Amino acid sequence: MSTEEIAYDSKVEGEIIVTRADAVVNWIRQHSVWPMPMGLACCAIELMATAASKFDISRFGMEVMRFSPRQADCMIVAGTVTYKMAEVVRRIYDQMGDPKWVVAMGACASTGGMYRSYAVLQGVDNIVPVDVYVSGCPPRPEALLDAMIKLQDKIGREPSVRNLRKTQETVSVA
Amino acid sequence: MDQEFAKGLLERYAFLSSRDSADCLSYFCPTDNLVELASVLRDREGFEMLVDLTALDWGQENSPRFTTLYHFYSLALKTYLRIACDCPSNEEPEVPSLAAVYPAADWHEREVFDMFGITFAGHPNLKRILMWDEYPYHPLRKEFPLAGIETTLPAPDVAEVTEASVEPAPMMGGPFVSPAEGNVSESEPRAKDESWTEEVEKTL
Repeated sequence: MSTEEIAYDSKVEGEIIVTRADAVVNWIRQHSVWPMPMGLACCAIELMATAASKFDISRFGMEVMRFSPRQADCMIVAGTVTYKMAEVVRRIYDQMGDPKWVVAMGACASTGGMYRSYAVLQGVDNIVPVDVYVSGCPPRPEALLDAMIKLQDKIGREPSVRNLRKTQETVSVA
Repeated sequence: MDQEFAKGLLERYAFLSSRDSADCLSYFCPTDNLVELASVLRDREGFEMLVDLTALDWGQENSPRFTTLYHFYSLALKTYLRIACDCPSNEEPEVPSLAAVYPAADWHEREVFDMFGITFAGHPNLKRILMWDEYPYHPLRKEFPLAGIETTLPAPDVAEVTEASVEPAPMMGGPFVSPAEGNVSESEPRAKDESWTEEVEKTL
């Protein structure tokens, strides 16, 4: 590489856009959400419908459903979380790389729903931090898509650069 | 056919005693004869299938408190047969396992053990099947509240990080049940005690 190429070049300089690091980072993150389908009950069927051709979650850049938490950054908890399963949900959450988000899909994941019972965790927010709650039993695919778009908005508003320091301190049980 | 067959059964197996039933044939069988009965039902009477295995808790005040129930089905006779077996002990209920005769009994007996705390003698792998192994209660017993009893989460490390535990579920006036009759709009599941909502007058 000659020295001429790294010197001032009006063609390159003309195409430079000045912006904030947060805006760039968030723009990249919010348009490539890789969901991890935590399908635990009937909500998972609606989740599948959301991914199928009629509703087509890939319009929003989220079609890459990963069943490995290491490759995902948004856990969609779709269904009833029992106390026995809570441990697994938390461990899978911990195995996801930062940054990561959680969507509580449907009444059960949000609050325990109709299962006011000895066996069911009354809301997945007892064990993992939830970013978006979706109402419905189960929610229609449109509702999930709306939640995912809201999640994109939320990702767009995050102080990502400042969070870099914070995530290193996160406690993990994975 | 049913009556002849029933009469024959009672004659051949003297330890059986008849039991009230609204549908299929139903008998009481003492615990000591249960495995023997299951073997002959399968090999000689043609009841190839153990369709269901469950238990009843009659409540702490009753004796016998626990009864295990078995539903057999015969493909040749196209008939069901119900066998009830009272557990001799109310405190440590135990009945013999049928897992060696009917493999279908294996998981069903684990479920009954989990939910009622009834031990199945001779079961190959008697441990909880629904709740986690360390869970201290048997949820389908009459004295167990639907909302549950406070205890710790199965995984201590997860419990420590999340500070979550097993807590009694908020019943909000529930359990929510739907009346079997009436308009569909009025038969949605609802709480028996709706005193928490101001729209409905308290009925109790």
